[in-house]
Amino acid sequence: MDHAKLERNGIVFAMAILGVASIGGIVEIAPLFTIENTVEKVDGMRPYTPLELAGRDIYVREGCYACHSQMIRTLRSDVDRYGHYSLAAESMYDHPHQWGSKRTGPDLARIGNKYSDDWHVAHLKAPRDVVEGSVMPGYPFLSETRLATQHLPAALAALARAGVPYSQTQIEQAENDAIWQADIDADFEDDLIARYGENVQIRDFDGNPDKLTEMDALVAYLQMLGTLVDFSTLNPEEAAR
Amino acid sequence: MTREVEYTSLILSTGALFVLGAAILGWGSGAYALHGWLIALVTGWGLFWLINRATDPEPEIPLEYKDDVIKWGVLACFFWGVVGFTVGDILAWQLAIPSLNGDMFWSNFGRIRPIHTTAVIFGFGGNALIATSFYVVQRTSRARLASETLPWLVLGGYNLFVVLAVTGYPFGITQSKEYAEPEWYADLVLLVTWVGYLFLYLKTLARRAEPHIYVANWYYLAFIVVIAMLHVVNNLAVPVSITGPKSYPLFAGVQDAMTQWWYGHNAVGFLLTAGFLGMMYYFLPKAAGRPIYSYRMSILGFWGITFLYLWAGSHHLHYTALPDWVQYLGMTMSIILLVPSWGSVFNGLLTLNGAWDKVRTDPAIRFMMVAILFYGLSTFEGSFMAIRPVNTLSHYTDWTVGHVHAGALGWVAFITFGAMYKMVPWVWKREGVYSLRLEALHFWLALGGTLIYVGAMWNSGITQSLMWQTYEPSGAFTYAFMDTVDAMIPYYWMRAIGGLLYLLGALIGSYNIYMTVRGAPRPETGGEARPLPAE
Repeated sequence: MDHAKLERNGIVFAMAILGVASIGGIVEIAPLFTIENTVEKVDGMRPYTPLELAGRDIYVREGCYACHSQMIRTLRSDVDRYGHYSLAAESMYDHPHQWGSKRTGPDLARIGNKYSDDWHVAHLKAPRDVVEGSVMPGYPFLSETRLATQHLPAALAALARAGVPYSQTQIEQAENDAIWQADIDADFEDDLIARYGENVQIRDFDGNPDKLTEMDALVAYLQMLGTLVDFSTLNPEEAAR
Repeated sequence: MTREVEYTSLILSTGALFVLGAAILGWGSGAYALHGWLIALVTGWGLFWLINRATDPEPEIPLEYKDDVIKWGVLACFFWGVVGFTVGDILAWQLAIPSLNGDMFWSNFGRIRPIHTTAVIFGFGGNALIATSFYVVQRTSRARLASETLPWLVLGGYNLFVVLAVTGYPFGITQSKEYAEPEWYADLVLLVTWVGYLFLYLKTLARRAEPHIYVANWYYLAFIVVIAMLHVVNNLAVPVSITGPKSYPLFAGVQDAMTQWWYGHNAVGFLLTAGFLGMMYYFLPKAAGRPIYSYRMSILGFWGITFLYLWAGSHHLHYTALPDWVQYLGMTMSIILLVPSWGSVFNGLLTLNGAWDKVRTDPAIRFMMVAILFYGLSTFEGSFMAIRPVNTLSHYTDWTVGHVHAGALGWVAFITFGAMYKMVPWVWKREGVYSLRLEALHFWLALGGTLIYVGAMWNSGITQSLMWQTYEPSGAFTYAFMDTVDAMIPYYWMRAIGGLLYLLGALIGSYNIYMTVRGAPRPETGGEARPLPAE
């Protein structure tokens, strides 16, 4: 094609740019939605409980991704330090993904159940009291801030519209479920397990049973990270790289 | 298009944003409601102004270039530059001395880091591109901007977007998608603005008195078109409700990650590269008084970049849960991308043939020449880091940060400063820059700051990565993660000092620009360049 002709018409030139520039995305992104083995079939994955979701919203709000990845690569030094490499299935309900791009602090993809709740609370409040030399900011205000729950049904509904399989009951009960997950004495354990499965952790997370705080939500989220997939039933071919 | 149609569409789109602002301030609370007020006040003012002008009799349009709006773009560029560099250096000190985080909700690293990235990429870089693109499209088309009102709405709407973005982060209003942090309502403001920008640019090109569209405009056009595409696709989201700013991105997990880095890498490719190549293709030959070295190389470079960049995003996701075929495809294209990138480098450098003496005497040309060298360095480094085994060393470390800053401080900001030191006296009709000595001082501070910064980050990145991968003969790790953090502290100090030098240079540069603007106008010679009259 004669480039000199293209240079004479702005609109045609702009269309040509759009055409040429869109090819890469069409080839690399569109198939990720259609090729079936892009996201592995695994046991144990479930959408976040409302309390975990509220914790995840705090993680997103604070911009934790700037220093922490949630993506264990297939490299030996990653797997030895952090555990089984991350599967695509493990972030299939993550709107947005938080894979991150920088490890100023360690990867958090499998941080769940590695430390106690008390450790997390103390560490989030004042990191250098727990880990000498840490460069992490402190988040003492999380323990003092009451967790906002009234928007949770709308939040689950929005995620359902984006494709997360929340049921109507889960959406309607979202506010109660968030409160009950942090309160073992509430005796709604069976309801929560019926709605979200066996691997829901139900307890007071922040060490202050009188108040449902943002700390409860964030620790609930951190304590479940990377714990859902049952690797004992995982078909090795499914997870092969 | 008739004046009625133009005013009707401008009033309708501004009105739509006004309704958005009114809805947010009505239903929202806190910082979100303040954002509603801000949108409503700015667009309300815009509406009032538009309606006023529409009902006035049509004014006589002078036969000269429309430069008043460019002046405001220049001032916005320097304002956001100083804000962005300052916040960046504060972040650097927070890493060196963690107690500087203050542990208050608004002051932590995570919340203010996007203020830095948004202020420098969109505030400083974006305003530099809008201002220079308005200048270049008029001169190379020998036509006045195609609207008297739209340029102001584009500049105003764009800066409204930047203000909404950076004032939202301290209050936790963010989607935490890197470089696409602003929430849905700010994204809508940018979208409407951007459509106006594209329309204005195409309409001005259509008015041109030159038969051909000059190369610089290809790049500016690619910047506008591709950023529009990336912005729309990557920011697709489901808002939770009108009562709050929160939304959930439409895509999840691996698809969201790939879309995000397709966006992220091409924000680099089309905002921070293509746009600034447009700047280079006009201001470098103009300042050096030499024509562009090769027209063919311009064509090859342009279409190579436009095609290849969009494939390269997956190199940000090596060894992750992204399917391997996408990773290999991204790596391959990233390596080939070096060809058109270096094509542009040589085209720029060889343009200086016959004018190399000016590199010594004219600090603005020195800024531009060093910018091209840094562009060559960072594109080589980028292709290198996209190779999978190399990426095992660089990824997740400060090496990436160093790479980005070689590009941002060394290329983007250097070419901008060079172009601004030329354009400011031209638009304000001054004899020249207020002080060449200060301009040279700015250059050396910026160069020294960049080298210290980038050198520190190369060292810290490679050191940390090697420490992460060091094993004892027993198979255990030699270093705990915390050991690798301790090892970073001297480099964090070095980086903060390098950043401080860079900031100091930018402050001196801003003062120099301010004094140039305040200086006496050059006497009219009657020979000023003017647009050709429309037929």
